[in-house]
Amino acid sequence: MPVSPKQARTLKHRSWVAFLVVPPIVFMSLFVVYPILSAFAYAFYEWRGLARGEFIGLANFREVLFGATMGPVVWNAFLHNVYALVALMIIQNGGGFFLAWLLYKEPFGFRFHRVAVFVPVVLSTIIVGFLWKLFLNPNFGIVNQALYSVGLDSLAKPWLGDSSTALGALILANAWHFIGFPTLVYLAGMQRIPSEIVEAARLDGTTEWQLLKGIVWPLVAPSTTILFTLLFIGAFNWFEIPYVMVGLDGSPFGTTDVLGLVFYRTAFGNQSASIQNFGQGSALATLLFLFIVVFASMLTLWLRRREIQF
Amino acid sequence: MTTMTESAQPRPISFAFLAQIILIMNSFIMLYPVVVMVFSAFKTTGEIFEHPFALPDFTQVQNFARVLGETSMPTYFVNSIIVTGASIILILVLGTMAGYAVARYESRTNTFILLFFLAGLMLPLKLAVIPLFILLRDLNLLDSRWSLIVTYTAIGLPSAVFIMAGFLRSLPAELEDAARIDGASEPRIMWSVMLPLARPPMAIAAIQNAVPIWNDFFFPLVFIQTDSAKTLPQGLTTFMGEYTTDWGMLFAGLTIAAAPITLLYIALSRQFIQGMTAGAVK
Repeated sequence: MPVSPKQARTLKHRSWVAFLVVPPIVFMSLFVVYPILSAFAYAFYEWRGLARGEFIGLANFREVLFGATMGPVVWNAFLHNVYALVALMIIQNGGGFFLAWLLYKEPFGFRFHRVAVFVPVVLSTIIVGFLWKLFLNPNFGIVNQALYSVGLDSLAKPWLGDSSTALGALILANAWHFIGFPTLVYLAGMQRIPSEIVEAARLDGTTEWQLLKGIVWPLVAPSTTILFTLLFIGAFNWFEIPYVMVGLDGSPFGTTDVLGLVFYRTAFGNQSASIQNFGQGSALATLLFLFIVVFASMLTLWLRRREIQF
Repeated sequence: MTTMTESAQPRPISFAFLAQIILIMNSFIMLYPVVVMVFSAFKTTGEIFEHPFALPDFTQVQNFARVLGETSMPTYFVNSIIVTGASIILILVLGTMAGYAVARYESRTNTFILLFFLAGLMLPLKLAVIPLFILLRDLNLLDSRWSLIVTYTAIGLPSAVFIMAGFLRSLPAELEDAARIDGASEPRIMWSVMLPLARPPMAIAAIQNAVPIWNDFFFPLVFIQTDSAKTLPQGLTTFMGEYTTDWGMLFAGLTIAAAPITLLYIALSRQFIQGMTAGAVK
């Protein structure tokens, strides 16, 4: 049966659309969907090196959460992720909001300050980590050198070697690296507030603090939603800064250990003891994934509710 | 912002002064570490230890010469350019194809396709690195630049689809119709009529993805062992391990690694800021 012109056209049209759509979908299925679905499956098997063994149900999950060796390590690391999250919420996102407010008034040098605050953001985390590791060196780093030069010798410490300061130093290095991001996202949010609202408030004689608390903060709620959610995801995936600055073991004595380091050690081995456990690694990744999805969506929903339409 | 200065009373003036001091201090904190890094790269290790804050002799470039001459840094550099470039090209080609189909052709499957890519946008592929590792091993791609290129393309593709679809949907249908009446084929309409208009969103999608790809460390760490396939951030860890006590070399290596992206950012700061915050600013 001959193909009618109309059928030919739709056939041609359909194959053209398929040509556009199929390659991207196949690519995503192979390199995203398939790995993610497998990641869940792998957690239920025993692994010997790179070879999959028997189905062992929830044993990997039990070991990761409550096992004698893994359990305490995982919970210790989890606690450090929570510390980092809370500290960065305040320093990075809170500081970013504050800086954005100062920039919003477009003071003298506005353009320069805006470009400057974003410089560390474009640098690789590896560069930032190494740079601060050198700066925090107990003998020759500029942080201690600066303290010596102003006579504050007593404050100088081996920042990364001291259990009480190491995690704080990592958090500050991270805040230095990324504070420009919330600053400029908040700034864009503030610039979208209709200027009549701010001007009307000013004419009413509102104080700076009332304006910030009562008008600006509620109206940049959409920026807050996205920044807090991104920070939440980032804090529980934290890996590069600790890896570069304190090493795979979260030294000293695991006081800087985070889940990203535990995952890497478990799945891809420790340089000193070459152990590799894909089963427990997958179980940890699955738990972390579920934790992030559940809490990030709850956080997003809760933050969305306080957003105001204008 | 004239209205603000007009309404300014004595108190806001001191406020503005305080704000200026805080901003200057903040910019100093942001930039000074980078300045110290560059200065130290021109010093010998002895000079760094003795005069960490002093101005260097800028004609003293032997650290740079040694980094470029005796280490694998140039190889890492070339690898980073190849991997980032190839990933961006793949992201733009595949992202434009899917985005164009969804935006310009009515279909019942469009919602499904968008949801599919939305899921890809939400799921962190980092957590699926074990199966990805095994898949790449089975495809014989492990320990090659291709392992990174396909991974980065998979991570960047969803955002590119949304950026491209969002823009292409906003183009008026008359453009296509006019070309269609003239007898142009669908591929011809896409290539010669629509895509030349789509350069701005392509630039956004490219910058948004290029910076994280250029800077990524996690996937090379897991996938790459051979020195000749390492990208800059991973190569930097090798380099830093080899020269631990030679601080002049360390700072020169860091400076060389940081230079291209920093200079590019200074030249194109508006586009960088727009591209990198595109996901968070509606």
